[in-house]
Amino acid sequence: MMGRTQKADVAIIGGGPAGLAAASEAKAAGADRVLLLERDARVGGILNQQVHDGFGTKVFNEALTGPEYAAIYEDRCNERDVETWLKSTVINVTKDRVLTVQSDSGLATIEASSMIFAMGCRERTRGAIGTPGTRPAGVFTAGAVQNYMNVRNLAVGRKVVILGSGDIGLIMARRMTLEGAEVICVAEILPQPSGIAGNIVRCLEDFNIPLYLSTTVVEIHGKERVTGVTLAQVGPKMGEVYGTRRFIECDTLLLSVGLIPETELSTEVGIATNPVTTGAVVDDSFRTSVPGIFSCGNVLQVHDVVDFATLEAEKAGRAAAMWATTGELPEPTISITPGEGLRYVLPAAISGVDAVDFTMRSWKEEHHKSVVFRSGGEVLRRLKMPHMEPAGMIRVRVGQGRFKKVLDKNITVEVGE
Amino acid sequence: MSDTFDVAIVGGGVVGAAIARELSRYDLKVVLLEKAADVARGTSGKNSGVVHTGINVPTGSVKAKLNVAGAEMFEDLCADLDVPFKRCGKTIVALSEAELPDLESLMARGVANGVRDLEIIDSATLKRMEPNIEGAAALNVPTAAIVCPYSLNIALAESVIENGAEIRLNSPVTAISGTEGSFELTTPGGIISAGLIVNSAGLFSDKVARMTGVHRWRIWPCRGEYLILDKSKGHLINGMVYPVPPKGGAGLGIHITPTTDGNILLGPSADYTNDAEDVRTTGKIRRQLLTEAAEFLPQLSPRDVITAYSGMRPKLVPSKVGGFGDFVIEEVEEAPGVMQLVGIESPGLTASPAIAEQVSAWVRDKIPAQGKADFVSKRTSIPRLRDEPLELREARIQKDGDYGEIVCRCEMVTRKEITESIKNGLGATSLNAIKYRSRATMGRCQGGFCGPRVVDLLIEAGHPPESLTLNGGESWLFMGTTEDLRAERKAERTGAK
Ligand SMILES: Cc1cc2nc3c(=O)[nH]c(=O)nc-3n(C[C@H](O)[C@H](O)[C@H](O)COP(=O)(O)OP(=O)(O)OC[C@H]3O[C@@H](n4cnc5c(N)ncnc54)[C@H](O)[C@@H]3O)c2cc1C
Ligand SMILES: Cc1cc2nc3c(=O)[nH]c(=O)nc-3n(C[C@H](O)[C@H](O)[C@H](O)COP(=O)(O)OP(=O)(O)OC[C@H]3O[C@@H](n4cnc5c(N)ncnc54)[C@H](O)[C@@H]3O)c2cc1C
Repeated sequence: MMGRTQKADVAIIGGGPAGLAAASEAKAAGADRVLLLERDARVGGILNQQVHDGFGTKVFNEALTGPEYAAIYEDRCNERDVETWLKSTVINVTKDRVLTVQSDSGLATIEASSMIFAMGCRERTRGAIGTPGTRPAGVFTAGAVQNYMNVRNLAVGRKVVILGSGDIGLIMARRMTLEGAEVICVAEILPQPSGIAGNIVRCLEDFNIPLYLSTTVVEIHGKERVTGVTLAQVGPKMGEVYGTRRFIECDTLLLSVGLIPETELSTEVGIATNPVTTGAVVDDSFRTSVPGIFSCGNVLQVHDVVDFATLEAEKAGRAAAMWATTGELPEPTISITPGEGLRYVLPAAISGVDAVDFTMRSWKEEHHKSVVFRSGGEVLRRLKMPHMEPAGMIRVRVGQGRFKKVLDKNITVEVGE
Repeated sequence: MSDTFDVAIVGGGVVGAAIARELSRYDLKVVLLEKAADVARGTSGKNSGVVHTGINVPTGSVKAKLNVAGAEMFEDLCADLDVPFKRCGKTIVALSEAELPDLESLMARGVANGVRDLEIIDSATLKRMEPNIEGAAALNVPTAAIVCPYSLNIALAESVIENGAEIRLNSPVTAISGTEGSFELTTPGGIISAGLIVNSAGLFSDKVARMTGVHRWRIWPCRGEYLILDKSKGHLINGMVYPVPPKGGAGLGIHITPTTDGNILLGPSADYTNDAEDVRTTGKIRRQLLTEAAEFLPQLSPRDVITAYSGMRPKLVPSKVGGFGDFVIEEVEEAPGVMQLVGIESPGLTASPAIAEQVSAWVRDKIPAQGKADFVSKRTSIPRLRDEPLELREARIQKDGDYGEIVCRCEMVTRKEITESIKNGLGATSLNAIKYRSRATMGRCQGGFCGPRVVDLLIEAGHPPESLTLNGGESWLFMGTTEDLRAERKAERTGAK
């Protein structure tokens, strides 16, 4: 297979929900050969291990399970004749869009007119957050546990402490309880939970699982299997507060301490990245700094709602198809800057010839404020937000007409009154 | 399987395994007894992986002699055993002019110990060699090398098996009786008879010595913690970067060491503990390592750390006394027929091939033996596809599709490499045993993604989930199926009513 270079109009790396949506839209938008490359034995990405329902509420107005949601897009890809290669890992990508795929039938080289990065993300580990203590069995990341439990029906432990109160940690607290484990508590280093309020009720309060805020694991105990953890409170600068240590007996520590975009390939080709999201810098066509390479889904920014990943991927798919077939896309001429109150805003630049869905996250919880789009002194759009929290990605559509008033080729997006 | 041997070796670290391999050259019946579920689980798997040159040890000591001799043998040994080895060189960096005299005395000692090509370089030369390192001057030690220590330990053990000696895992020796020619060693699997004993039990060599009636020594465990940095930062250094050794300290100071796999190690610290098995890592040392290493390497960021580990030095000198303690490699009068290896701390890895020759000579002096004509010195590792050129990879995949399927994405480990690791000659099946043979779960996601897949492959190979451990012993990965657990909970609830 090697040596024989194949051509594709659009090649998509990663067959999770983002890759599936991008592929089917690229095909629908007129790209001829659309190739979806997935290293796993099936498409669906992390949705395959998420058997709870809560997917699709934005796009389909109903709550589907992860695999159900993925199946809809998988069917679409099949109907539209997207060519899918499974167990095929992209091991190398060049700036001129030549990629190498490794699979059990050999190495293949593909020259793609457009390429979409949809590799998703990986979980932050114990090593990355530096949890001290011994190194026994029984310390797992949430994703690994989901995999063992939901896909393989294996129980990882009886008495569990969960570190991290993001939505994943909260959902796991409920899931593990339903699967017969005793979840002793969820500890969160921040003074507020990282997951959305609804999940605190549905996943913790309904099951009487305590949530300890400003608290972290300062020591893991046990030589062979975890025998317990020591929790302690942390101060405003994340330092341990003396005298607050307490030992909790458990056999499992589940870590749900954040996701990091899978950026190896992006770094290799030298794509410019945003230090806040660690994903690529993109314009409103989801173009990266390398011509013809697009990025969407969790590898671009960590999504808490899969529907938004899908919508963004569909747009990326259409743009990639247009680039592949015509070599043209509207040039981004207006730069976007995050202002007061926002950690980041995507995209980083827009063309102004189309409506844009901006995505962003706030620094802190805010009530009855607005998201304000400003250019020069002028307010382009002000959208009232009854509630904002860092855990919930904000998505705001701004119509094309508003961009006519842009001054100095720049828009600042901020939290205001 | 007869349980009578010419020689029983207690401890399957790099020293015990090197000795077993030396002895497997001869027509001797040799058994190596290791208490853990795999070799390389003690100090030999948890050190800096440096093949030292001998500049750090006092001239005339046993350490100096065996260090220099061992280092000379290393490159050929690693080539024979297909073990990653790299002569990357080392710079010992003076942060200020004030440390210059220290460099000069190190150099003088190195020359006296027979170390070649030493040279003091100025800060400009250092900048050319190590553009990211800050320093006023340095001692350049070009012959220093790195090795993958656990791979060497595993390779030695596999070569031992290939050459007909026995290795028994999960076999702690709990008692020893008898005398030279007819010792009896108690293990959970039964009594083992041996004519001679080699005590290479590392941190527990004092305890094994006591089993033979020798009460002279006490091991003072001294922990060294490390941080491992992401491969994407591997380019920051070209060779090892050491500080001037702290005066009277228990180690060589916190150094920045490349690994043969392209990561960087920061460490080790030096803290005495009471428990030889207490290989925990701490927040305090993590901060200290990052701060001290940043003096040399300002670009360092806490974000680059992928994991931490600890190794334990088997020191013969307690912290209160301090200073130098030499290797003990002796047959003492209280226990004829037992070779005692005690206090084999750094540079024990480097010295291991030389120690093995010395112990082999001692054995053959007692039991005359013929060299085996069919001794196989070569051993090959499982191919690592990620390190091979694309053409070779393609050829392998065409022969066997399992080389095509990548299971561990961080380290690019294929299905074939993992299934071959599972079939290892030692019969080690813990998740860590597979990790140290294939590198699966060793990358930046630390098994979050491939852990469940490695588990699948273990199950496919006939190891049921309830038998799987992280590290052998009671380090169980699973507590039954989710169904079992739900049933347990239900029974508890109805029982409570
Ligand atoms: C525990 C958890 C709970 C969640 N709950 C909800 C919820 O209730 N509701 C909701 O709407 N959303 C939820 N989400 C969010 C949602 O799952 C994500 O937004 C979505 O999965 C992101 O899709 P993706 O395609 O970007 O990434 P992924 O699903 O991670 O897919 C990426 C794919 O790329 C493949 N890949 C990566 N690198 C390569 C390569 N080099 N070569 C080939 N293939 C490669 C991977 O194998 C993977 O299949 C949850 C997420 C998690 C983790
Ligand atoms: C922090 C640190 C850094 C180091 N860096 C270097 C370096 O860079 N270069 C270098 O040359 N050296 C270095 N060393 C030293 C080197 O690692 C050791 O000298 C070497 O690994 C010792 O090997 P060993 O086989 O004697 O001991 P071990 O590897 O500890 O092996 C002893 C084995 O005996 C087994 N055992 C114990 N009791 C029993 C029993 N009763 N029955 C059966 N089995 C038993 C144990 O399970 C263990 O596997 C370092 C050491 C430390 C701690």
